[in-house]
Amino acid sequence: MTLETTRHLKHDTPDRDRRLDGMAQGVIGTDMDRPEGALKVSGQATYAAEAHPESMAHGYLVRAATIGRITGSNADAVRAMPGVLHVLEDERMIRNAAQGMAGESPVQKQGRSWYVGQPVACVVAESFEQARHAAQAMMVTIEPDGTHVFDAEAEGAEIETPEKKQVSQGDLDGAMASAAFSVDHDYRTPSMSSAAMEPHASIAQWEDGAVTLRGSYQLLRFNKNELADVLGVSPDKVRILSPYVGGGFGSKLGLAPEAVAAALAAKVLERPVQVVMHRRQVFETVTRRSETKQRIRLACDADGKLTGIGHENLVSQLPEETFSEPVAQGTHFQYAAPNRVVGHHIARIRRPAAGSVRAPGEAVGVTAFEIAVDELAKKAGIDPLEFRLRNVPTEDPETGKPFSSSTMEATLREGARRFGWTHTAPRQRREGEWWIGTGMAGAVRVNMMIEARARVVLTGAGVRVETDMTDIGTGSYAILTQVAAEMLGHAPAQVQTILGDTDLPPASGSGGSFGAASTSTAVYLACMELRERLAAKIGVKEGELTLKDGYAIHANRQTPLSEIMGEEEWRALGHLKPGRAGQDVRQATWGAIFAEVAVNDTTGETRVRRMDGTYACGRVLNLKTARSQCHGGMIWGIGLALTEALEHDPRDGHMVNRDLAEYHVPVNLDVPQLGVHFLEERDDWANPLQAKGIGELAICGSGAAVVNAIENACGVRVRTLPATLDQVMEGLIARG
Amino acid sequence: MRAFDYVRAGDTGEALRQGAGEETRFIAGGTNLLDLMKLEVMAPGKLVDITRLDLGRIGETDEGGLRIGALVTNSDLAADARVRRDWPVLSRALLAGASGQLRNKATTGGNLLQRTRCYYFYDRGEPCNKREPGSGCAAQGGMNRILAILGTSDHCIATHPSDMAVAMQALGARVEIEGQDGAREVELSEFYRLPGDTPHIETVLAPGELITAVILPPPAGGRQVYRKVRDRSSYAFALVSVAAVVTVEEGRIARAQLAFGGLGPMPWRDARVEQALIGETPTKALFDRAADILLADAKGHGGNDFKIPLARRTLAAVLTQATEAAA
Ligand SMILES: Cc1cc2nc3c(=O)[nH]c(=O)nc-3n(C[C@H](O)[C@H](O)[C@H](O)COP(=O)(O)OP(=O)(O)OC[C@H]3O[C@@H](n4cnc5c(N)ncnc54)[C@H](O)[C@@H]3O)c2cc1C
Ligand code: SF4
Repeated sequence: MTLETTRHLKHDTPDRDRRLDGMAQGVIGTDMDRPEGALKVSGQATYAAEAHPESMAHGYLVRAATIGRITGSNADAVRAMPGVLHVLEDERMIRNAAQGMAGESPVQKQGRSWYVGQPVACVVAESFEQARHAAQAMMVTIEPDGTHVFDAEAEGAEIETPEKKQVSQGDLDGAMASAAFSVDHDYRTPSMSSAAMEPHASIAQWEDGAVTLRGSYQLLRFNKNELADVLGVSPDKVRILSPYVGGGFGSKLGLAPEAVAAALAAKVLERPVQVVMHRRQVFETVTRRSETKQRIRLACDADGKLTGIGHENLVSQLPEETFSEPVAQGTHFQYAAPNRVVGHHIARIRRPAAGSVRAPGEAVGVTAFEIAVDELAKKAGIDPLEFRLRNVPTEDPETGKPFSSSTMEATLREGARRFGWTHTAPRQRREGEWWIGTGMAGAVRVNMMIEARARVVLTGAGVRVETDMTDIGTGSYAILTQVAAEMLGHAPAQVQTILGDTDLPPASGSGGSFGAASTSTAVYLACMELRERLAAKIGVKEGELTLKDGYAIHANRQTPLSEIMGEEEWRALGHLKPGRAGQDVRQATWGAIFAEVAVNDTTGETRVRRMDGTYACGRVLNLKTARSQCHGGMIWGIGLALTEALEHDPRDGHMVNRDLAEYHVPVNLDVPQLGVHFLEERDDWANPLQAKGIGELAICGSGAAVVNAIENACGVRVRTLPATLDQVMEGLIARG
Repeated sequence: MRAFDYVRAGDTGEALRQGAGEETRFIAGGTNLLDLMKLEVMAPGKLVDITRLDLGRIGETDEGGLRIGALVTNSDLAADARVRRDWPVLSRALLAGASGQLRNKATTGGNLLQRTRCYYFYDRGEPCNKREPGSGCAAQGGMNRILAILGTSDHCIATHPSDMAVAMQALGARVEIEGQDGAREVELSEFYRLPGDTPHIETVLAPGELITAVILPPPAGGRQVYRKVRDRSSYAFALVSVAAVVTVEEGRIARAQLAFGGLGPMPWRDARVEQALIGETPTKALFDRAADILLADAKGHGGNDFKIPLARRTLAAVLTQATEAAA
């Protein structure tokens, strides 16, 4: 017998029951291995480009080398090349990947090339090599359509200033003028790439007017609608499968050009088509992190209490994209000060499209801001840790809303203790050619919840979790398994978690650090539903029911679930809808990061020697995957601070260093032993699990700790990231 | 990748016969050639696989040097006990290059002949005189952080990216070459060509000629240093590198062999710099003078201007290290 019932939760009020703490299985929060880990390390997890249907053809995208109107091509000649089956020049091809949660088509080609590097055609052939060669031989004629600007700070750049994104409270100019100490500097962060390991790849196959796409995506329920919209079919004709995703970091939030090309070509050819993007195409066609120019003004009184905060930002974006890097997202609430200005300006220029990259907003905004705070603390002659402690906000300073939990002070104190923080003046420690110094920064990231559904199926034999949630390397398989195992009293091995299929109930997807908490809550709700049904069947109250190791325990009796369930299969759907709990209070995650660096006095090279992060992000669902997320975030911080920058050609905006040899992500030798510590926390406002986002917090601020440590080591303050050796060396030369 | 013919040569004679045709390339480790072929920056019609040739040995020469077969991998060469003991600058340079995986595949001959890493050379959408003679040079007026400040021309400002070759240049290596007409030896210092108006011609190797070995002269002794400055701790090409073989006798520099990576279109060696050092007492002022000579004609192109002070400072630090340790 199969019966499916649904439990809805619109999350309006804090949930103080903390039911997970009362469960008996004891797997939640442990450092359980990923259930799919062995498949991954033994090469048996089939990623997007690895499950080849029979008679599959291969497509390869063709790149626009200039900007303008497309007036023709040598498609006829290309069609005659060996193995070529089709030259796709469809106007429905998309110009760049969709923005996260767009749920509709991004700007389509429609006869134009908007930026250098845009995909403008796709050549399909019998073999990958034939397709690639023919694509490289394809020439698309593009008539220039005027002059364009390629640098947000260049003269003539069209600047938008959306009214809703400007904040002005009190009198910042006055606060600056009357401040005991102040700073006013421009900080710059570069254009960046998420550089996920797995390049984007899709295999499309049509049957009876419906398309199945095997791809590598983060937000399947949105991606499904995006693909349907592009193709002009109804969403129920689209199925997307993404069981394994080799890293996304935002680059796989939105449907990308390879998926559309594969679907369009497969339709024409009536056979499956795979399109894998070359690494260089991934750089150009999926969204990058915008470069930023941030003017930061800070004023404080003689005691180091902030009196004024200004954070005015310029970011870049292609015309007609809705997203713009929300640089000041953390500034709105990280520090209190009565006089506040937040400015947000968007330059519409012709660099490849920008979009969400891991921790959009705070990754670069908190980083620059925490450098500025360091500068002000120094001016005021106050230890930067102490300076921050004096400025811990007691409520959201902009809106007056309470914090759902306020852990800034606790993370700062505990982080400092763990690191052994002491602060000295710059240029005090020298080892041979190397200056040694320490730096610190606060970390903050907004917490978000997204609508999510998940099904949990209980039988006498075990538990099955089904949802279209994705695991982008983050650990979704592990934590959803743990939540179900804990709630229904099973060993994790008895729980099977099936993800990444739009035929399953639509989850939050993975992005914005909302995936774990949102979809886990849906699983939790489904489990609660099943617990109630079990309790009813046994004849006890749900709250009096203990489930452990496949047994129901109540009133000193232990009954195997297999006995209670018999041959029945119970299904429950959990459905979370975010509600007022996310609006009535300010929800955020907090952290503190400490770093020790060595700076070479000859060359300006920086080596990070030690890095330690202390974080508070609600209940930790899995210690191992949570720690991995923070390791990753801290390493991203090192990249942001020292090595990563996408360079755009000044003459046409194209990405010059679009490969992993010249786009420098940190390598092993750049990364020291990393310390990660979580404060025990339950945030009742977040959700019934008291869990919050983790995936992005550690990148927000860690780069600042490194840059601040450089200043402490050698006295050189870098305000344009990354702090490449030439910048530091020039600073050292200027100091003499 | 353009379709190509593939033959595997059994011996040097066969390789030379097979390699004689038009549009033919030898392939060794393939770590550079295959990347370039995938991007169609290079598009040979025929590949002659030389990996089965008997060129994988390191032997001693009568004069007390080493003969390094062209197919000796970068990993094996770096690990060779004789190299580590008597030519340590070479071992260090090799280990500063690429990654463990790449060094396992990369060969001595292939390393000498690897092409520039100029971003625009790799990009068929951009003009590049080296890739397509006469098309222009996008690096000038574009991104040129990693490009050259010495030996450039209006036609090309690319660097030769090798670390290994820089150490070999400092050691005074010779290249053993075989062609259809027989064998010859060329000083490594004569092997590479400046770009002039033909940046696509990079060496004195004639089409179809095979590098069979590199000869190292007898150990120079002294203090040997390889210092590589780059944009991350590992797995990045040199912005500036210095290979130094220096002997100090009675407080004066008796021998100085210096070569530089990241500065020019070839592993750069300047006899005038070495002359200025020999016979002198090592001092900061002397090292500065050496840098003045080295960099007298240096020309930055915007993004790589910093290489001029960086080369000066790195040279001074290397000479300090080499002379202090020996003193
Ligand atoms: C990501 C990356 C990072 C790297 N980093 C560094 C670095 O930091 N430092 C560094 O020095 N190098 C670096 N390299 C380059 C690497 O060292 C070279 O690719 C390698 O040495 C080339 O050797 P190979 O045997 O693979 O050459 P192949 O790719 O096989 O050949 C290169 C060229 O040499 C020709 N050739 C090969 N052998 C012979 C021969 N015996 N006679 C005549 N012609 C021949 C081929 O025809 C071809 O034109 C890096 C490479 C990559 C991909
Ligand atoms: S520097 Fe040389 S390799 Fe680079 S674009 Fe100019 S010509 Fe080509």
